[in-house]
Amino acid sequence: MQNDQLALAQTRGSVDPRVKRPLPAWVSTTALLLPTYGWLTIAIFLPLLTMLAFSFMSATPMGKTPVEFTLKQYRAFIDQPYLLRIGFNSLMMGFWTTLFCAILGFLAAVALVRATVGKTRETLLVLILLPFWTNGLVRVFSWTMVLRENGFLDNILHMVAPDAGSISILYTRYAVVLGLVHGYLPYMILTCYIALVTIDDAIIEAAASLGARWWTILYKILIPMAAPGLISGAVLIFIPVIGSFMEPRILGGRVGVTMGTVIEDQFTQAFNWPLGASLSFTLLAVVLAIFATFSGVLRGRTAG
Amino acid sequence: MRQLGRFYLIAILLFLYTPIVVMMAMGFNASPLYELPFTFSTRWYEALLSNQPLLKAGANSIIIALITAVIATTLGTMASVALSRRTFRGRSLLQILLLPPIAIPWLITGTAMLIFFYWSGIGRGMHALLIGHVALAIPYVVLVVGTGFKTVRADLEEAAMSLGSTPVHAFFSVTLPLLYPSILGAALFAFAVSLDQFVISYFLATPGYTTLPVQIYSAIRKGFTPEINAISTLLLLGSMAAILIFARFAKPGDTRDKR
Repeated sequence: MQNDQLALAQTRGSVDPRVKRPLPAWVSTTALLLPTYGWLTIAIFLPLLTMLAFSFMSATPMGKTPVEFTLKQYRAFIDQPYLLRIGFNSLMMGFWTTLFCAILGFLAAVALVRATVGKTRETLLVLILLPFWTNGLVRVFSWTMVLRENGFLDNILHMVAPDAGSISILYTRYAVVLGLVHGYLPYMILTCYIALVTIDDAIIEAAASLGARWWTILYKILIPMAAPGLISGAVLIFIPVIGSFMEPRILGGRVGVTMGTVIEDQFTQAFNWPLGASLSFTLLAVVLAIFATFSGVLRGRTAG
Repeated sequence: MRQLGRFYLIAILLFLYTPIVVMMAMGFNASPLYELPFTFSTRWYEALLSNQPLLKAGANSIIIALITAVIATTLGTMASVALSRRTFRGRSLLQILLLPPIAIPWLITGTAMLIFFYWSGIGRGMHALLIGHVALAIPYVVLVVGTGFKTVRADLEEAAMSLGSTPVHAFFSVTLPLLYPSILGAALFAFAVSLDQFVISYFLATPGYTTLPVQIYSAIRKGFTPEINAISTLLLLGSMAAILIFARFAKPGDTRDKR
């Protein structure tokens, strides 16, 4: 009976005029992929290639000056030694931001895993991650309200000590790092949390009942377990931070000169696109080197 | 120890939210110079209503975010079908090629777009912003929809086809309805990515066509009033709402127990 119906369906299927010969799979696969990768080619890959070409030009090719191909833009670090100092400052800004995020974020992840359960933990995670998906510019702007002279922080201080002066740290490097830590901390909490949440409570209880002190548990269990999260968090924070320009501009003022702001200037003020392009590519080289170094750890995380 | 942990988490939340709350409160303070004591006022929100450049930039932002969400979700879902359900040579390379828009600092991508769009004659303005925003949103869409695919069993579609359904019909009548929450989530995500995007917009906007974050940035640098707090508050609440709705639909990270 069943077989009969199946046979019927098959014969009906073969005479059905709607059934066409199926296209080969690669045709439909290509059709599905082409729009996305075509779009990315125009928006990302071709622009990067064009920028690479521009970085070897002697001048922005839009005036009357003849344009030659040259390596001079990449010599900028030697010709203008102040760029070296700015580059170093950017790396230090990345280092301090990453370090503070790592300490605060790791501890927050430990606290989440060890001190909260169920609904509370879920709510806390959402609350921690929520600001991360809001406008970074607005969050940086918020800090100017807190840090400026006679701002929120000063007012709190004057409530306690009315005669104290201003403790405004706006337009200092501290303010820049503070704003950056605020912006990127949720990343580190998330990556450490993902790494730590797999720890079996029994391991820690066993260690504790065998007489391990808290620092032993920290160094022998928690930090090694969180290491992949710490590393991928650090990579994901360090890279955007060394390329940041709006945070140093708004919170750093005149002291907030970084690779990011120098590159921005080449495109918006100085109109020296080839120099901007070569600095961008130097930055990209640093980024790629970091990714290459840690690709094993990063891939392990996406697979697991 | 447990007590200390909770205390610490509260301190972290205070650190994360205090500046945001202060910024929002200052939008309701009457003083144009942010002077205290606090006097409640809605004058800055009223002033917004007649601030044409900000309103226009806000409308531009929303329109761009909507178009970006539609295009990126369509293209990204198509790519996700191929990347999740087909096996072919070069698949892992294609997956890696989704990373640059996310992983390369936007400053580099943005300046590269500026150079290329200028050089190729595409130019700047609304269409340029759209090209950029969609490219940034696509990888997230592929990721979110791809996660959704893991929860939809491939054999359902095969069952439909073995019962005489064409592949296209099987996809639209079986897989797509099951993927619906992920796709909607991806669209909301793309909307939020575009709404919050500043760096790329900054390089591709023209004086005549800007988005809200670009307008806010130039205001911050040139001098501003609490009107900027008011519009920033609205922008923050808008993207927070989009992300919370997204979290309800797509349940990111939760791939096992919904089937």
